[in-house]
Amino acid sequence: MSVLQVVFLVTGFVTLLAGVMVVASPKLIHAALWLIVSLAGVAVLFVLLNADFLAVVQVVVYIGAIAILIIFAAMLTRRVMTDSGPTHNPTWWLALVSALVLLGGLLALILQVPAFAQAGPTGLPLADSGLADLGTSLVDANRFLLPFEVASVLLLAALIGAMAVARPAAKPEEGAE
Amino acid sequence: MIPLSWYLTLSALLFSVGVFGVLARRNAIGILMGIELMLNAVNLNLVAFWRYLTPTAIAGQVFTLIVFAVAASEAAVGLALIISIYRRRSTIAADEINLMKW
Amino acid sequence: MRPEILTLLIPLPPLLAFGLIVLFTNRSNRLSHSVAIGAMLLSWALAMAVFFLAVTTPHLGEHPIELSFPWLPTGTTSLSLGVLIDPLSAATLFFVAWTCLAIFVYSVGYHNFGQRREAHDRAGLPPHGGGLEPMYARFFAFISLFAFGMLTLVVSDNLLLLFVGWEIMGLCSYLLIGFWFGKDSAKKAMVKAFMTTRIGDVFMLLGLAYLYSATGTLNYRAILANEEVLHHLATTPAFLGLSIAGACGILLFMGTVGKSAQFPLHVWLPDAMEGPTPVSAMIHAATMVSAGVYLTLRIFPLLSAGWEEGGALTPAMVVVSSIGAFTALFAATIAVAQNDIKRVLAYSTISQLGYMIAAVGIGAFVAGAFHLITHAFFKALLFLGSGSVIHGMEHGVAATSADAAHAVPGQGGPAGVHKVKAHVDPQDMLNMGGLRSKMPRTFWTFLVGGFALAGFPLITAGFWSKDEIFAEAFAGGRLVVFATLALAALLTAFYTMRQITLTFLGQPRTEAAGHAHESKWTMTLPLIVLAVFAVAAGWVGIPHDFPLIGGLLPNWMHDFVGGTLLEHPHPIEFSPIPLLTSIAVSLLGLLGGWLVYRNVKAGAPDPLVRALGPVHTLLHRKYYFDELYDRFVVSPAYWLAESFTYLFLDRKLIDGFLHGVAEVAGRVGAFLRGYIDLPIVNGAGDLVGEGVKRAGRSGRIIQTGRVQGYLVVGVAFVAVLLSYVLLVRP
Repeated sequence: MSVLQVVFLVTGFVTLLAGVMVVASPKLIHAALWLIVSLAGVAVLFVLLNADFLAVVQVVVYIGAIAILIIFAAMLTRRVMTDSGPTHNPTWWLALVSALVLLGGLLALILQVPAFAQAGPTGLPLADSGLADLGTSLVDANRFLLPFEVASVLLLAALIGAMAVARPAAKPEEGAE
Repeated sequence: MIPLSWYLTLSALLFSVGVFGVLARRNAIGILMGIELMLNAVNLNLVAFWRYLTPTAIAGQVFTLIVFAVAASEAAVGLALIISIYRRRSTIAADEINLMKW
Repeated sequence: MRPEILTLLIPLPPLLAFGLIVLFTNRSNRLSHSVAIGAMLLSWALAMAVFFLAVTTPHLGEHPIELSFPWLPTGTTSLSLGVLIDPLSAATLFFVAWTCLAIFVYSVGYHNFGQRREAHDRAGLPPHGGGLEPMYARFFAFISLFAFGMLTLVVSDNLLLLFVGWEIMGLCSYLLIGFWFGKDSAKKAMVKAFMTTRIGDVFMLLGLAYLYSATGTLNYRAILANEEVLHHLATTPAFLGLSIAGACGILLFMGTVGKSAQFPLHVWLPDAMEGPTPVSAMIHAATMVSAGVYLTLRIFPLLSAGWEEGGALTPAMVVVSSIGAFTALFAATIAVAQNDIKRVLAYSTISQLGYMIAAVGIGAFVAGAFHLITHAFFKALLFLGSGSVIHGMEHGVAATSADAAHAVPGQGGPAGVHKVKAHVDPQDMLNMGGLRSKMPRTFWTFLVGGFALAGFPLITAGFWSKDEIFAEAFAGGRLVVFATLALAALLTAFYTMRQITLTFLGQPRTEAAGHAHESKWTMTLPLIVLAVFAVAAGWVGIPHDFPLIGGLLPNWMHDFVGGTLLEHPHPIEFSPIPLLTSIAVSLLGLLGGWLVYRNVKAGAPDPLVRALGPVHTLLHRKYYFDELYDRFVVSPAYWLAESFTYLFLDRKLIDGFLHGVAEVAGRVGAFLRGYIDLPIVNGAGDLVGEGVKRAGRSGRIIQTGRVQGYLVVGVAFVAVLLSYVLLVRP
């Protein structure tokens, strides 16, 4: 067992454990914090996979923005949802069974393909994790400029949409005018 | 070294956990967190495949980047929706938000 | 102008008058009668012109005035219309034109033109004592139409056109008998007349059809003047042992039996006296009933086909003469016991028509035609005279009842309506008497007519024509007919003198008779004109070898009218027996009538009642023939119509069938509705809808509205699919 394998196993285990805690934790804030842990674990895994830029993006975007957002939302909806009532809905067992079957299926699929069992990544060591290439590909009209721009439009739309949805209902004006 | 199948297995496990969370949690924000887990599992899958099968084609990372953007916007809109629902109905338990029924 | 064209024009003016009066002038009485009389004058003038041309044509029988044109196409041939003036129709035209004109003029006065219309006179009822007839214009319209019908019949050249005129006159007779339709008796009489003549007309139509099918034509010249056709018809057997000629002849004669009121279809003529007197005169004395005799004269060649003069009569002739002779006696016996002045004349007409028909039946063609012509004149005269008498009596009745009303003021109601005394029938001869001094012109003309009817020797026309018939009967050896007719002549003279005595002679038997007065000149002038003819018309037929005066005047009647036939009839030898018989019966009858009735007092019954006893009742009740027909013909017919055809056939069978069909349809419909439409069709439709609803209702439960539930299902499904792919189909 090499060092990397150990690191992987530990990180993997932590991520999974955090994930299970996310879905099982009765208090929402705890679940949010466990989510942060899980996301961090994934960031570490990105580093292990030589996608260091993505790891940083993961931390910044997911942990720094999305998770924080989730915590904000949890706090904003706290008054009523004081973590009372059951955590899971009555048919959670069916969900468990479905998830397990899905897992079983996915694992079976994975194990079926022998190519996935190859020992190590190809092209080791990687020269620079392709960061410059990533950057240029995103603005190259022949490559991934379009998806990049579409994604930015999507973000704009989401921004506007979120603002519109979350706006409080307009109060009716007193008196005619 | 670490075989690809370990990463894929981890991703599958994480995905299943996320599925369970989506299907079983009552709180809407909890469901959203489950979705985030699933997206992360997907991202992990993508990067693993990129690194192990086509490390030279940068499309894997680009795909992951796009997924990031989508996840962020989806979380934003989803949470805005949840806030809006909370304002109207004073609840965000998924099994109490059942107006679109018979 | 060619005579054929003139002839064609003769019937048309009265038709035009009918149209004008009905459409335009019916509001103005003066204009209506002027149009009618003007048209009749025109027809009369044309008729006289044609008559003059006819009598000045030698051998008119061989070269008659004729004109014919096709009218109704019937396949390859066509029925034709046309006119024919041969001697018979020329003579008939003469008397028809004169009598019709006289009666038209008479009607003006009869219907009280110039008087005011009384307020209490209503249309449909005869006016009370002297008021203007409310339906004045209508009367003239009807008699104009009638004149058209009669003239058409006279000038026609074929049996079809004759039949057309015949039926038009039947219609007018119906309308005019029921002219005063407010009277129930008039309504009954008009239907009776029409129905009875209809029976005759049906047989006549059968005869026409048979003749047409046997010969292919109805034209007089083609059949009746054609030796070959007559011979063929006479020798071809038809049915019941008759030849076609005999069968057709008898069938056509049935029309005459109806129209000329011979036994057994005589019952309508006395009731037809319900009509106004000009109608009785014209239709039921002078013209329409004469049309029947005219027809018999016309078809004489058919009836006598195969008969030799002096030989045995053909079966048709036997039938004709029997009916004629019997009717002559039969009606004369009834006339003796009648009290209504017009009834006596009606039965007298029936009897005289019987004479004519008997004459034709025994082969005395010229005698029959002669009597037809003279009878028309004196019978019209008698009827018009009776009308004048009735008018005078009505005036008397009105005057006396008005006096009575004035005499008892307490009981007087609206003026002239309230009668204190019992109503005096102005037509009952037992209420008359002594009118000779009150109505002299009427008296003298009536006397002339009566004597003509009775056959007063030498000076009246009736004598000459009756004598001719007697002579023919005697000479031909038809002694039964001779005796019957002689007896009838005795009775004729008797009842005629009875009538004159009761009406005019002696003292008035009621106050009304005492107050009668003479009628206006419009009524008495025609009487005088007809009286002239009643005397003079006989002198054109004095037989050649009559003692003393025979040969002074030519026997124009025999020469001219006899030319109608193919073989000019031979004049008979003079024999004194029939002459003496006719003089004897005539004078005896007249004397007897005067003797029996000259002293009948007011309120006293008819002397014959005591003398004859129950026989008188039998005669007075007309041998109960009306009751007989009513019991055995009319009532069964009504029963048939009411109980059988209406109640049973129509209501039960036909309506029942229809109701049954409706019932069945209803049931079938209900069945279909209940067992097929509602359960199956509706049920299927409802099932679909209801089923969908129920399915939906039960199906929508899965829509919980909870998203996580949906997702679970989705994931579970994916899981199942994945398992399948991996495990079952690797």
